[in-house]
Amino acid sequence: MTRVLLIAEHDGTSINQSTAKCVACATELPDAEVHVAVFADDGATLAGEAARLASVAKVLQVDRPENRHALAAVVAPQVVALAEGYSHVFGPSTTFGKDLMARVAALLSVNQVSDVMSVESSHRFKRPVYAGNAILTVEAPSDRPVVATVRTASYQAVGMDNDAAIEKTSTDAELPQHTRFVELKAGKSDRPDLQTASKVVSGGRALGSSENFDIIYKLADTLNAAVGASRAAVDAGYVPNEMQVGQTGKIIAPELYIAVGISGAIQHLTGIKDAGTIVAINKDADAPIFEIADLGLVGDLFKIVPELAEALSR
Amino acid sequence: MEKILVGLKRVVDFNVRVRVKSDGSGVETDGVKMSINPFDEIALEEALRIRERGDASEIIAVSIGNSDAQQQLRTGLAMGADRAILVLTDSPVDQLTIAGIFLALVKKEKPDLVLLGKQAIDNDNNQTGQMLAALWGRPQATFASNIELSGATAKVTREVDAGLETIEVDLPAVITTDLRLNEPRYVKLPDIMKAKKKPLEQISIADLGVEPSCGLKEISYEAPPRRSKGTMVEDVASLVAALKAKGLV
Repeated sequence: MTRVLLIAEHDGTSINQSTAKCVACATELPDAEVHVAVFADDGATLAGEAARLASVAKVLQVDRPENRHALAAVVAPQVVALAEGYSHVFGPSTTFGKDLMARVAALLSVNQVSDVMSVESSHRFKRPVYAGNAILTVEAPSDRPVVATVRTASYQAVGMDNDAAIEKTSTDAELPQHTRFVELKAGKSDRPDLQTASKVVSGGRALGSSENFDIIYKLADTLNAAVGASRAAVDAGYVPNEMQVGQTGKIIAPELYIAVGISGAIQHLTGIKDAGTIVAINKDADAPIFEIADLGLVGDLFKIVPELAEALSR
Repeated sequence: MEKILVGLKRVVDFNVRVRVKSDGSGVETDGVKMSINPFDEIALEEALRIRERGDASEIIAVSIGNSDAQQQLRTGLAMGADRAILVLTDSPVDQLTIAGIFLALVKKEKPDLVLLGKQAIDNDNNQTGQMLAALWGRPQATFASNIELSGATAKVTREVDAGLETIEVDLPAVITTDLRLNEPRYVKLPDIMKAKKKPLEQISIADLGVEPSCGLKEISYEAPPRRSKGTMVEDVASLVAALKAKGLV
């Protein structure tokens, strides 16, 4: 029996979709029983939501005032206390999971399997390395727990038609005082979430300014798409960091990805490999983005993008 | 603050198009340009700026690897690190052992701050900093885009999926760097000459009393499935038609 402890990601209000994708990965393990742990200060609603995730056998609700903000140093010892008896401990490969799970791994004296993209057996996994330019198959030791983060773009979220048992539980883990939450400045947006949107329009450095990015937003709005950006556009200050797509930003898998004025550095391409259809609009016919785009259009983005938005809104 | 410890990993340069070896045992590294991991370069730059502001007195650059890693440490010394330590090993070392090596160095050097890149661009693991912080029992502030030091604490802004999160940590602590923390300086020729005279100590893992742990077994490397080149369209009308044909709009 494979017993999986899966750490839910949430913002205090709802469970992040990365959790549903992690569950999909965990159910690929042979003969898996999946338990989802929700660490919060008052997690009744969150646990209720987690209990609806398909294939989940049980939800562990761990309420503690210190869990109001997900600080890795605070959550990790609690995960370790809960992990007893589990063969696998999984979390999403989002900034939440990356921060937390490696700390958990070290406390359990194991190496972390980062960014699992496929499960080959209970202890064998595939993961991308070198910005996705190579796929490495690794095997974790069979006599220790497997701690892993899941590359969420490789999985479809499981359904929400379950009614798993919820168990309130606590741990006697001693929590450190040395790390304190100060604030979160979240980008306010009515647009779909970049990580989960089915359509994404991204802009690159060729946009030239923050104001010029408006044409990207307009096109996105006609498509009800999320907006992303290349590292170059973020570095230039046109858009905030949470919009970055690529090796060191978000790895996404929308059905439609429209790359505007993005040349297509390897580091960017690694973030969109799993997209359904990639459309590239660029003035440079030799831009590497055209090598992987399903549909390419060479020309002036300042002319093409408004024209495309216009055509699509008709 | 007294000391800052910075990790510098030798990796395949980020501009190199990496190829998987035909026997699947790894990627081609023969004759390939090697550099300091870009995130580690940012970590060193931040340490230098902290020292230049008068908030630290000594910066120690650390690398783990074979003697080739001396090149990256010399570059780090040329950038401005005060001294360097190379922990020698001829075989690859797993992440937990690397964290253990850093812990041994931390116990020896007693730094107030350890600055590491958030991930190495070769294995993309993103775990060494978190592991060191865990083993050390100290705070971690990962994916930093801004660091403010005041006395015995650091206020760190972190690039997270939702936006920018700020946390406050007591020192000593481990901070891992994100891309927008700073832009590393270029090394000038006179500094390269000067760096040759700076101390570069070489020690073995055994000297530090670290027992290598049981790592993940690398079974095989393969090239990723390629996306094939699609169709070029002539104008917006044809693009819209193609998208409609695919049922996407």
